[in-house]
Amino acid sequence: MGLVLFYILGGITIMAALGVVTTRNIVYGALFLLVSLMGVAGLFVVLFAEFLALVQLLIYGGAIIIVILFALMLTRETDFSIATEHRRWPVAAVVSLALFGLLASSAINDSSLYNSDRRSGIGIEELGTGLFENWAVPFEIASIVLLVALIGAIVIGRSGDEEDGGQA
Amino acid sequence: MSLELVDFQILAAALFCLGLYGVLARRSAVMVLMAVELMLNAVNINLIAFSAFRPVSSMITGQVIVIFVITVAAAEVGLALAVIMRLYRRRGTVNVDEIDLMKG
Repeated sequence: MGLVLFYILGGITIMAALGVVTTRNIVYGALFLLVSLMGVAGLFVVLFAEFLALVQLLIYGGAIIIVILFALMLTRETDFSIATEHRRWPVAAVVSLALFGLLASSAINDSSLYNSDRRSGIGIEELGTGLFENWAVPFEIASIVLLVALIGAIVIGRSGDEEDGGQA
Repeated sequence: MSLELVDFQILAAALFCLGLYGVLARRSAVMVLMAVELMLNAVNINLIAFSAFRPVSSMITGQVIVIFVITVAAAEVGLALAVIMRLYRRRGTVNVDEIDLMKG
C-alpha cells in the first residue's frame, strides 16, 4: 500500500518538477510547481507527517504559488526569449546528472545503516509541545525573521521613489 | 518488498538535481526562484524521511527543522519577489543574464 502510494506520488512529483524546469510557458511552470509541491505533501502523509502535509498545502499551495503567479503577471515579458534555457544548458544538465549519480550511489551504499523499514510518525500534540519547549528560542527567532522579511518586502517593493538613475 | 529510506533519498536527490538544473539553466529570475523551491522541498523530504525511520524519541527534530525551512522559504519568496519587481520596474527585464551591473 505504502509502496504503491510512494510510486504514484513520487512519479507525480518528479514529472511535474521536470515540467517546471523544461516548459517554455512560465505560467505553466508555476502550475507544474503547484502539482509538484502537492505531490511532496502527499509524500509527507506517506511518512506520517500529517501536520507538515497540511502546512505544505497551506503555505506552498495557498501562499507561495499565489505570490509567484502575481509576480509573473506583474513582470510580463514582451518577448519570450527569456522563457528559453541559457545557451549553455547542456553543462547544467551534465552537472545535475553527475550530482544525482553521486547522491544516489552514496545513498545506496549506505542503505544498510538504516535498514529498518518500520516507519512511524509523531502526533501534532507532541510536535507542538516540542516546538514550544525545546525549540522555543528558534521559534521566536523565526517569527522575527518573518517580521523582518515582511517589512523588507514592503520597503523594497514600494513604488514612488524611483530615482531612475540606474544604467537601465 | 517494502518502502525503505533509500527510496526516499533517491527521490529527494532527483528532485534536488532537477531544481539545480533549473537554477543553472533557466533565464527568468522567477523560474530560478521556482527551481530553488524545488530544491528546498527535496531537502524537506530528506529530513522527514530520516525522522520517520528513527526511534520515536528522536523523531521530533526532523519535523521541527522542516517547519523552520518552510518559514525561511516563505520569507525568501516574499523578499525575492519584491526584489524582482523592483528590478523589473528599473531595468524592464527579469532575465538574469542581463543583470550584470557588478560584472568587472
